[in-house]
Amino acid sequence: MSVNDVPFRGRLLRLAAADNVAVATVDFPAGAVIPLDDGQITLVTLVTMGHKVAVAPIAVGEKIIKYGCPIGSAIRAIHIGEHVHTHNIKSDYLPTHPRG
Amino acid sequence: MQGFLRSDGRKGIRNYVVVAYLVECAHHVAREIALPLREQGVQLIGFPGCYPNAYANRIMRRICTHPNVGAVLLVSLGCESFDRDGLAEIVHQSGRPVQTLVIQQAGGTRATIRDGRAWVEQALAQLHDVPRAEVSITDLVVGTICGGSDATSGLTANPVIGKAFDWLVDHGAAAIFEETNELVGCEEHLASRAVTPELGRELFNAVVKAEDYHRVLGHGSFAPGNAEGGLTTQEEKSLGAYAKSGSRSVAGMLKPGDLPPHGGLYLLDVVPDGEVRFGFPNIADNAEAVELIACGAHMILFSTGRGSVVGSAVSPMIKICANPATYRRLREDMDVDAGRILEDRGTLDEVGREVVDCVLRTAAGQPTASESLGHQEFLLTYKSFEPLGPACLPR
Repeated sequence: MSVNDVPFRGRLLRLAAADNVAVATVDFPAGAVIPLDDGQITLVTLVTMGHKVAVAPIAVGEKIIKYGCPIGSAIRAIHIGEHVHTHNIKSDYLPTHPRG
Repeated sequence: MQGFLRSDGRKGIRNYVVVAYLVECAHHVAREIALPLREQGVQLIGFPGCYPNAYANRIMRRICTHPNVGAVLLVSLGCESFDRDGLAEIVHQSGRPVQTLVIQQAGGTRATIRDGRAWVEQALAQLHDVPRAEVSITDLVVGTICGGSDATSGLTANPVIGKAFDWLVDHGAAAIFEETNELVGCEEHLASRAVTPELGRELFNAVVKAEDYHRVLGHGSFAPGNAEGGLTTQEEKSLGAYAKSGSRSVAGMLKPGDLPPHGGLYLLDVVPDGEVRFGFPNIADNAEAVELIACGAHMILFSTGRGSVVGSAVSPMIKICANPATYRRLREDMDVDAGRILEDRGTLDEVGREVVDCVLRTAAGQPTASESLGHQEFLLTYKSFEPLGPACLPR
């Protein structure tokens, strides 16, 4: 079977080996079990396409690593399988501003 | 690829007549002149401000003498600050037909519209006389920006643009990336790619300047849609945006209105110099596009995740859609489906090659999606810049 024969179910993309987050390529519901490298990740919450999931535990103040580079710091302790976004990390440079 | 030869030796891939209002008060009249003729290659551009501004003056001079522009009609109210005679003289010296209409002298709205349309119609006829010339890749200047980004932008469309940029630079074109305020976090890596250490310091300082500027503003270059689409921090967005620059050495740094002296990869510094005087560096994506076009860009590679539909006056946009769901919703507005990479229906290399093919077709005269839909946005506001330092363009 080639890759074209398998229906595309979406995956988690870890962009660099050092990353502690992976990117969802489709919307995944809470509880979904997704293969990643040699293991699997169980999602704690819904994660929508393009959003990040922790693939290692991240302590408060620890750097979030994506593309092999720091993209911010945790402001809460984060468990494997949790959604990683503005509610639990912050920029080390500039604030993210919301709608309105 | 057949293009239009201009008197300064540059070649255009389009041959537009632009109608340019020189203050908002002349906007309606200019629009009424241009709109009925827009399908014949007449475009509306302009500067809305009444107060003088050296930057706006410079940008308008570069736009009105851009290789894609064949003739220029200037529409002045009469009492605004814009140096209309200086602009007209520059266009005249470039060998292009140019006319200035002053509404307060011409007799008001109706008379100016009538005179303007008559002039534009004869200018369109004169465009047939513009000499043609073969356009090679070494003649091309290609810019890139991202707009409406989400997390897919940095996964698909931006790396694909990076591959296209590598190809273009290897074949002698000038390739320009910008948005220094979206390279916050990438400054060390960027500086390491400079062809000289002095240039590396300029690149590094340009990004630091951007960070300081935005800290004063209290805002990063970040829209709510970016966060809804999965981007969380400025530096994460920057890393995705940075992928557009590809992997080749950086040959120089430009500021808006500087022309690249030869082929190679250039950074365009868009953040104003000095104190924060006029607000946000670029209030929306089309202001950035105008700055690239003022540096001579023939076309712009525009990567989008959430789905921007803009095009641009003067230089066509090639829309590269990063997100497969967005592409399905907005297919008609897009030129390249890069989102399919996330669904295993294409590789980065294949889609990169598709972008290059689109560049060559666009250079040969084929309209892009946004051109076909009539988009010709143009946005120009107030800024101030110091001239480029000597280290920015190493020989």
